[in-house]
Amino acid sequence: MAEVKRQVPLEFEKPLSVLAQQIDNLEAQLQEQPDLEPELRHLKEQYTSLRKSLYSNLRPIDRLAIARHPERPYTRDYFERWDSQWIELHGDRHGTDDSAMVGGLLDLGNDLKVIAVGTQKGRNIKEKQSCNFGMPQPEGYAKALRLFKHAEKFGLPIVTLIDTPGAYPGLAAEEHNQAQAIAINLLELSGLTVPVVAVVTGEGGSGGALAIGVANRILMLEHSVYSVISPEGCASILWRSADKVSDAAQSMKITAREILELGVIDGIITEPLGGAHKDPEATAKAAKAAIVSQLSELVKLSGSEVRHDRQHKFRSMGKWRDQ
Amino acid sequence: MDLKDWFAKRRERRERENLEVKQLLPTEDYCALWKRCFQCRELLYTRDLRSNLQVCPHCQYHFCIGAPDRIEQLCDPGTFEEIDAEMRSSDPLEFIDTESYRKRQVAAEKKSGVVEAIMTGTCKMNGHLTALGVMDFAFFGGSMGSVVGEKVARLVERAIELSCPLIIISSSGGARMQEGILSLMQLAKTSSALKSYYETGNLYISILSEPTFGGVTASFAMLGDIIIAEPGARVGFAGRRVIEQTIRQKLPADFQTAEYLLKHGQVDMVIHRNELKDMLTKLFEFHQKKNSDKDKTLVPSSSLSSSKKAGGK
Repeated sequence: MAEVKRQVPLEFEKPLSVLAQQIDNLEAQLQEQPDLEPELRHLKEQYTSLRKSLYSNLRPIDRLAIARHPERPYTRDYFERWDSQWIELHGDRHGTDDSAMVGGLLDLGNDLKVIAVGTQKGRNIKEKQSCNFGMPQPEGYAKALRLFKHAEKFGLPIVTLIDTPGAYPGLAAEEHNQAQAIAINLLELSGLTVPVVAVVTGEGGSGGALAIGVANRILMLEHSVYSVISPEGCASILWRSADKVSDAAQSMKITAREILELGVIDGIITEPLGGAHKDPEATAKAAKAAIVSQLSELVKLSGSEVRHDRQHKFRSMGKWRDQ
Repeated sequence: MDLKDWFAKRRERRERENLEVKQLLPTEDYCALWKRCFQCRELLYTRDLRSNLQVCPHCQYHFCIGAPDRIEQLCDPGTFEEIDAEMRSSDPLEFIDTESYRKRQVAAEKKSGVVEAIMTGTCKMNGHLTALGVMDFAFFGGSMGSVVGEKVARLVERAIELSCPLIIISSSGGARMQEGILSLMQLAKTSSALKSYYETGNLYISILSEPTFGGVTASFAMLGDIIIAEPGARVGFAGRRVIEQTIRQKLPADFQTAEYLLKHGQVDMVIHRNELKDMLTKLFEFHQKKNSDKDKTLVPSSSLSSSKKAGGK
């Protein structure tokens, strides 16, 4: 039970953590009172079944909470687990190295050497501040673009990991043309002749996420979310109320399964019960396997086929009626 | 009885007597005779304002204008041929907030007089064949959903097919929330279409008008070969309020205005609405391809360049 206590329980996990507490208390008393054992066994059974039912009936807002969990594995955690020898590359070549965007050279095995790029949130306060809580500045997008061009030059496939609340909204960001930084990435990504696979690992926040997400294949982790605006933003604009976040999350269809049904993404990577943070090792392994399987198909295509495949994918997105 | 009441009475009398009201605006049931300038607070006579291209004659404030008005201002009379005029959103998420998206669509159509947030088509501008897209802020805040994305993509493809210049006039609050993730994907769709257009070597001019924000600036609006902004237009990625809440400091008064953007190197020029059409014509003529065998111009000023072409070939 110790693993549950160590982690911060989310709002909907509270009944579970209360039960875990009781089990811990009983276990502590067990040595003095061996007759408590049947009760303990009963509680443990209850715990397991509650856990199962809780995680199989998650509302969109609960998934949002898991996607934003402070212990959820971040981009660097994946990179290190995929290739402990990975080589990080820095800087946009115009005076800035945005820590919210990390990238480098990774060897995924199976003869797959890739350029990997992703947004990074930062674990402790200091890291979070230097990463702007995972919100890249225009310079961060320029850094990503520079790495994409590197990949194009050397014919390396690209893997991107998306986990960001969005592009940073700030004075300097606007002055340095945040919008154009995103737009140019969309334009250039769509014209690349090397395969691109994007994985939404946590929050996929609007244009700031899409700026590294124009890929041949888009995958999402089971509890990750991807949306056009944060549910908080949507609630405050459409409902004019901060407590309608759950309704907004429900209406916008932000979860992996709903987005798969809309035909926007190509697959879902299953997470351990309770979320990626319960077992980062297994999550990283599953994500890598999914990426490798997609890439090994894509590398068989020619450069122009790869580009056409990507442009066609986005060209066919959207629903309307002609009458 | 003040002046306003007098006009209201006169309008009532006319309606009673079934008299025809002159200068009926296309989007309104009746003709609003006076409009107050948002900037200098001057009362303006609607007919004067219209003939001055919806620019305040006193302070040069540029009013936000609808797509049909803009088309009338820019295109040679009768040359605009609309494409996909009847394309409407199909409400893919069956979205409901305080009211259903479908109901809101019907209300927006009635309010704005257009069926979607963009009108696209081909036209002649001082004789130059042009693919033109004009956004209308009155329809859902000019937001981009599946329909806007698809119409822009088709417009770009038409421009590729005709090998002609492309102009998109933006006025938008961003991506349309009611279509969720599909709206976001339109950013990629429009940018991807422009990537193919870029390679044809034709000119794309993006015109930013009051206001242009969010997903539209983060895609086609900021990808113009040449970007023109209208005076005073507010353009940016994040809204002023969001930025103030994030950085907790006061922003400069002219933050995100066209002039501010010009100062920070984000647009090529800020052009008065009166001079817009002339500037566009100049830009077309300057960028006309020398090896093009199709003569797309009818105006005499281009005869020089076409004779050069003939000599070169």
